[in-house]
Amino acid sequence: MFGLEALELARIQFAFTISFHIIFPAITIGLASYLAVLEGLWLKTRREVYRDLYHFWLKIFAVNFGMGVVSGIVMAYQFGTNWSAYSEFAGSVTGPLLTYEVLTAFFLEAGFLGVMLFGWNRVGPGLHFFATLMVALGTLISTFWILASNSWMHTPQGHEIIDGVVVPVDWLAIIFNPSFPYRLAHMAVAAFLATAFFVGASAAWHLLRGNDHPGIRKMLSMAMWMALLVAPVQAVIGDFHGLNTLEHQPAKIAAIEGHWDNSSGEPTPLLLFGWPDMEAEQTRYKLEIPYLGSLILKHSLSEPIPALKDFPPEDRPNSTIVFWSFRLMVGLGLLMIATGLWSLLLRRGDRLYQSRPFLRLALLMGPSGLLAILAGWFTTEVGRQPWVVYGVMRTADAVSDHGAGQLGLTLAMFVLVYFAVFGVGMLYVLRLVAKGPVPFEGRQTGAGGYGQPRTPLRPISAADENLEHEHGDHLGERN
Amino acid sequence: MGIDLSLIWAVIIIFGIMMYVVMDGFDLGIGILYPFVGDSADRDVMMNTVAPVWDGNETWLVLGGAGLFAAFPLAYSVVLSALYLPIIFMLMGLIFRGVAFEFRFKASKRRQHIWDKAFIGGSLAATFFQGVVLGAFINGLPVEGRAYAGGAMDWLTPFSLFCGLALVVGYALLGSTWLMMRTGGDLQKRMHDLGVPLVWATLLMIAIVSLWTPLAHPDIAERWFSLPNLFWFMPVPILVVLCTLGLLRAIKRYANYQPFLLTLALIFLGYSGLGISLWPNIIPHQVDIWEAAAPPQSQGFALVGALLILPMILMYSAWSYWVFRGKVSAEDGYH
Repeated sequence: MFGLEALELARIQFAFTISFHIIFPAITIGLASYLAVLEGLWLKTRREVYRDLYHFWLKIFAVNFGMGVVSGIVMAYQFGTNWSAYSEFAGSVTGPLLTYEVLTAFFLEAGFLGVMLFGWNRVGPGLHFFATLMVALGTLISTFWILASNSWMHTPQGHEIIDGVVVPVDWLAIIFNPSFPYRLAHMAVAAFLATAFFVGASAAWHLLRGNDHPGIRKMLSMAMWMALLVAPVQAVIGDFHGLNTLEHQPAKIAAIEGHWDNSSGEPTPLLLFGWPDMEAEQTRYKLEIPYLGSLILKHSLSEPIPALKDFPPEDRPNSTIVFWSFRLMVGLGLLMIATGLWSLLLRRGDRLYQSRPFLRLALLMGPSGLLAILAGWFTTEVGRQPWVVYGVMRTADAVSDHGAGQLGLTLAMFVLVYFAVFGVGMLYVLRLVAKGPVPFEGRQTGAGGYGQPRTPLRPISAADENLEHEHGDHLGERN
Repeated sequence: MGIDLSLIWAVIIIFGIMMYVVMDGFDLGIGILYPFVGDSADRDVMMNTVAPVWDGNETWLVLGGAGLFAAFPLAYSVVLSALYLPIIFMLMGLIFRGVAFEFRFKASKRRQHIWDKAFIGGSLAATFFQGVVLGAFINGLPVEGRAYAGGAMDWLTPFSLFCGLALVVGYALLGSTWLMMRTGGDLQKRMHDLGVPLVWATLLMIAIVSLWTPLAHPDIAERWFSLPNLFWFMPVPILVVLCTLGLLRAIKRYANYQPFLLTLALIFLGYSGLGISLWPNIIPHQVDIWEAAAPPQSQGFALVGALLILPMILMYSAWSYWVFRGKVSAEDGYH
């Protein structure tokens, strides 16, 4: 199919399903913590604006959570369907870690999601706040297990290989593998930033349309404080993550930098632009800043960074992809930092809420966090190639023995179904955003909970907005 | 020898799949029955009977997948790669159904029919391919050197297609008896009318599968028909007949609860029959649970979490069903 081999198609399929999936958990992680902050502020200050915002974002959180659950079902099976050799080889490590993630998620649904979504008028404020905190904590624990599982594939340790199968020896070493702390911090903060920019764009959209009230302003203000304070922190974490990668996966760094040759022994420049050509073993159209590559990665003006030619061709990741995915991520990160700084300047005299150029930028930056997350994951995963477990198992040996025909068929089906189903889901989220916060919503939160048609087993039922614009349709009120 | 972790995990996974079949079975059945109920208000009621629980039902499917991965990676990798296409088709059906479920409530009257169709199509596809997966699984998956060694389309056999059909009929029966329990009036009567032919169809399906399986697989015939096994296992078919007779009587006298409970018993018997045929193999005819097991370090580590969380999931499921018992009518659905 289109001249692609089965291995490529299997990789594209996994990349497609997991890229679609990650969008929902990323926003879920960020919103859960944002909701905890909003509720805490409401309890502390008793200012209505926080409660209104809580109820507004709670619905969006619920829909997002539901979409995450549905798209997650596929992920529980993709390892076995597409990567059966990997599953057989390393299932003893990945399987238990993913099982813990699943159990954490269910524990959440069982214990606290119901109270959070439907318990506002039924339990005391302290208990409700506790439920929100536990949900926020739960999303982070889920992140913990997923990232532990993924990081082990990048920097495997704590296992032995006996009779051709991975046998776990030390679970603490497996979980707290060398790249795990950096990857976990980088991903959790990325989720917070992605959510902040999504929240900020929602506020900017309302302000641009003249819908200016305190709740909207508060949203924009909180989002921009996040951008100002956390985007630079993320850059620092990213730098540490990069140094960790340099230590454990030097070929990935060489590919990210599009750096081929160290035979001259000169310090490495930083390429701002270029087109790494895997066949010709060089980067074309280079635009470079001398010394900067060595300075950033080696903190030195003389020592070169690893070069792709240090590695045999069959061990090199695709530099063309990661060169650009990395630059996309970093570029978006710099834009985030700039947006945060501009917002600080505009806070004087409340221009933050009036400057149309700024509001347009904030609106455009809405998807920036999610795009950066995807670009970052492409960088790290494509950069791990040709290994599925770094240095231990090659991706080509991990794949199931399917023909290109059936992989092409299922890939086409996934694309169709996901765009149809999750496309509608995302439109629904945008519709909820467009409705905006409603004053005094906390007092109206309707019945729901265990034994009710609206329950935590169906988080999407917490949102009651119609799917389409239709006034006078009584379904809306029945919801 | 210490604790047999493989045995514990096998029991957990068998239990999880059983929970899934029972619980998702009736809500998939409702999707299958949708075409037989034209009235939009009745359809609302049907959906409302499962609204509070359906999503939780699928937790068992995810848990089954993850548990299999953790405890029996060999089986996970062989079964899922061998049955690649029908499993993907089943998952797509489930996605469609799940999302249609939510968005039907939020769609305008004018658009509702689109989501109705997605709900019907998704339920049918998910059920049919679940049956196909089961049939192909019973047929056996050739394994060589710890990997699947068959072809891409090996799953496509008359037997597996027949199992797909049988499961559609079985889930429809489960759905109809669920609705007998949970609804009243015309809708309930409609279900009682549909019930009788569905019982006969289900019995026919069970009979055919029960004969076809041992005829095609000597090892399974040996398991059932050798002595003294025959005496031990004889109660299973006898109970199937008794259940069916009881079910027919209960439906004919318009009972509320009995039909559903007897259908559950019927499904449990069918499941037991399958267990008797296959135990202790996790890949039929070839690989048993101990050969497919993950190292004890993995099984033990995952078991700690499972034993902590599973009782909680069971309790909240039970609570949810308990609070939600009783009849649903057109008035209570406030979606």
